[in-house]
This record gives sequence, structure tokens and C-alpha cells, in this order.
Amino acid sequence: MKQLDVSAIKDGSVIDHIDSKSTLKVADILNIQNEEQMVLVGINLSSKLLGKKGIIKIGGKIIDQKEVNKISLIAPNASVNIIKDYEVVKKFKVAVPDIIEGIVKCFNPNCVSNYNNIISKLIVINKNPIKLECHYCERIMGTKDIVLI
Amino acid sequence: MVRSFKHRDIISIRHFNKEELLYILDLANQMEQVDYNDILKGKVLASLFFEPSTRTRLSFESAMQKLGGIVIGFADSGITSTAKGESLSDSIKIIKGYCDIIVLRHYLEGSARLAADIADVPVINAGDGANQHPTQTFLDLYTIQKTKGTMEGLTIGFLGDLKYGRTVHSLSYALAYFGAEMFFISPPSLRMPGDCIEELRSRKVKCHENESLFGISKKLDVIYCTRIQKERFADPVEFEKVRGIYRLNRAMLEEMGIKGDLKILHPLPRVDEMDESLDSTDFAVYFQQARNGIPVRKAILSAVLGAIE
Ligand SMILES: [Zn+2]
Repeated sequence: MKQLDVSAIKDGSVIDHIDSKSTLKVADILNIQNEEQMVLVGINLSSKLLGKKGIIKIGGKIIDQKEVNKISLIAPNASVNIIKDYEVVKKFKVAVPDIIEGIVKCFNPNCVSNYNNIISKLIVINKNPIKLECHYCERIMGTKDIVLI
Repeated sequence: MVRSFKHRDIISIRHFNKEELLYILDLANQMEQVDYNDILKGKVLASLFFEPSTRTRLSFESAMQKLGGIVIGFADSGITSTAKGESLSDSIKIIKGYCDIIVLRHYLEGSARLAADIADVPVINAGDGANQHPTQTFLDLYTIQKTKGTMEGLTIGFLGDLKYGRTVHSLSYALAYFGAEMFFISPPSLRMPGDCIEELRSRKVKCHENESLFGISKKLDVIYCTRIQKERFADPVEFEKVRGIYRLNRAMLEEMGIKGDLKILHPLPRVDEMDESLDSTDFAVYFQQARNGIPVRKAILSAVLGAIE
């Protein structure tokens, strides 16, 4: 079978070891539809670590901390490679921060953080599985309750 | 360990450890023994009731004035700038400049925490939606301690709307420190939330869920009764199914068999959960409970304002 072109990119970011089912959500977080340069999305690739994994390569883009924090909530095993001139210049695993500000909406419709342009703030009380406590209304959210802003 | 209450916000009962709960109860007791009628002289309390609650508001205002302080504020957000569209954040930014302490009642959950983050004066939560009402819990505990002589090792029955009843959630968390055994008695549609039960069990509390008092009434030292709130039901038919489901009266309690020193608490107002035939018995301590709001709120105000160390 002809090898598919998922080759290296010159400059940009590679997000690897995404839990396969979460790949398109991560693609959403990275807003790939608005990218100008080459984007490669792979799903159900074989992985020693995860069995099946997803991978996203984005040419010309260095992903920022806010995006890394979002990805950590959806794909906690993901790793990020920053590429310059075909070389990996930085490689790290995503990590769930202790406090999540402005990226997850509190799921309590009666919470003050859902009114008046208040920046949501959730305290991470457990990282795996994810459990978040709203700094304002004290409700506890699990993975299924997470809605990214 | 008791951390100093001076300048501390009182937002959630979950922020206090056992020693701190006992510290406030001791102070409340002291407030009943001694007239501290000018220890808050010159201090200004802003009493901000964006949602009406006459009882809570009056007891805070009375407590402040009995200690020599001054009260400003409003009892209804319809007459404030909120009605003109001002945000809570902006209201707090302005009002904090007028006062030494803020008591806030607001219909949005988390509003007291938001106010505390903005204000450089202490904020006391007097009820934020269905979330917390910590001073109510302090006065519930104080009533149990005074009428039972101890809070250790009691068997408590919570009766009524346990799903939406924030006073029940907070009181059960607080009583978890004192080795209580708890019976949660409600119709199936108004059961205690699963995560509350889970948290209590993780704190080694023996919890039971029941639909009726029959069979367990003999074990109880305290019954904490709550109103089934009509406004919580989207469907009036569902409300009719459970309204008046627990209507305690004297004859019924005696017939079921209860401990002679049982105490019945209720955060009030009641509708038809407790018959007036109970009012004159030694079981009924709900009116005393409401009065206890004064010493407890005096204790909290003077501790937070640093008038008493
Ligand atoms: Zn919230």
C-alpha cells in the first residue's frame, strides 16, 4: 500500500498521543478550519501507549498555553512537539493546571459566573479523572459536564 | 486550630473546621451572657438584600445595632441601581467604600464569593441561591448544642425537601464533624443529592435514606424539618403529590414513639409541616432557633470586625 503523506512539517506544532475519540475535539480547540497552512489530522493510528491514537500537525502555528490547558482537559495523555526547520525544538506532555480560568463554563445555569461577563474560575480537585469545583458556586463538575468556552 | 476570624469572609460552611464552628458557638453563648452594647461603635454594616428575606435581614440588622453599629442598605433590589442594569460587581465596587462589612443576599449562586473577591471589606453570605447560607447553619448548630447539651454522637433525622434544601446540606456537613448518625427522610423526588451523601459517607458518617418516619422515630435525638417549596416545582401536579406529605403533630409523634427529649428544628417559615399542636411542647425549639439568630450573628459580626479576639 502506498504510504500516506503524514510526513514531517517544516515549522509548527504536532499534537501527538491524543485519545483517538477526542481528536476532532482537539482539532476544534485548535480552530484548524481557519488555518492557512497545511494541517494533517490522523485518527486511529496505532500506538503502544494508547492502542489507538490521534495526531494533529499544524504548519506555521505555535500553540499557546491556553490551548494547551484546554487540550489537557479533553486529551490528558497528549504530548506537544514544537517544530522549527524540521527539528523538534520543544517537546512536552500537556498537564492539567491547578486552576482553570476562562476556558470552561460552569455547568450550573444559576451560577454568577454565567452572568455579567465574569471570567469563570474552576479549581481542579482531581486530575484523573477530572473533577473541577466552581470557585463561585462550589458545584463539582466531571468530564461529562465540561463545556469549553 | 482556630484561624483568626478578623477580616475573614463568611461564604460557605465548608470553609470552617470543627474548632472554628465551636469557637463561634462559644462566642454566641458569651453574647447572651454579657451586653457588648458598644463594641461595634462607629462601624457600618451594608445590608444588601437583592432577594427579600425579612427574617435574616432583620436579625443581622438587629445584631449590628445591639452592638452599637450602624446599618445602611436595602431590602429589595427593585429600588437600587441594579434595576437600572448595574452589575453586581459594580454595585459592590461602590458600596465597599461606604462600609466596614457587607452582608449579601443574592439569587445567583456564587454571588457572595464574587463580592468577597471584589470587596476589601469582609463579606458575609446571607444566602446565595440554592448554594449556601452559613450563618443559618451556625444558628442551627447553636440551637442543637443549647437544647441537647452536646452535639457529639447525635442521631438526626432530616425531613422534607432534602433535594433543594440548602440548610440541610450545610447542616449535615457541619454535623459530620461531631460523629452524627443521619436519617434522610423524603419522598423519592426530593431525595438528598447523591454527591452530598457521597461526601458524608467519605467522611465516615452513617447515612440512611427513608421515605417515612415510621420505624425510625424512636432513634432520633433531633428532627430537622424543612418546608417543601412550591416554587421549586415546574409541574404543579408533582407538587400536589408531595405537599403536606409530612405533617407532624403531637398525637402522631406520641403514637409513633419518640424519645422524651427529642427536639424539632425548622428554619422557618413553615407552611403545614408542623401542626400548631406541637408549638407548646418541649419538642418544639424552632422559635428559639429563630431567636438564636441574634447572638450567633452578633458573634460573627464582632469576630469578623475584630472587636473580639
Ligand atoms: Zn459555578
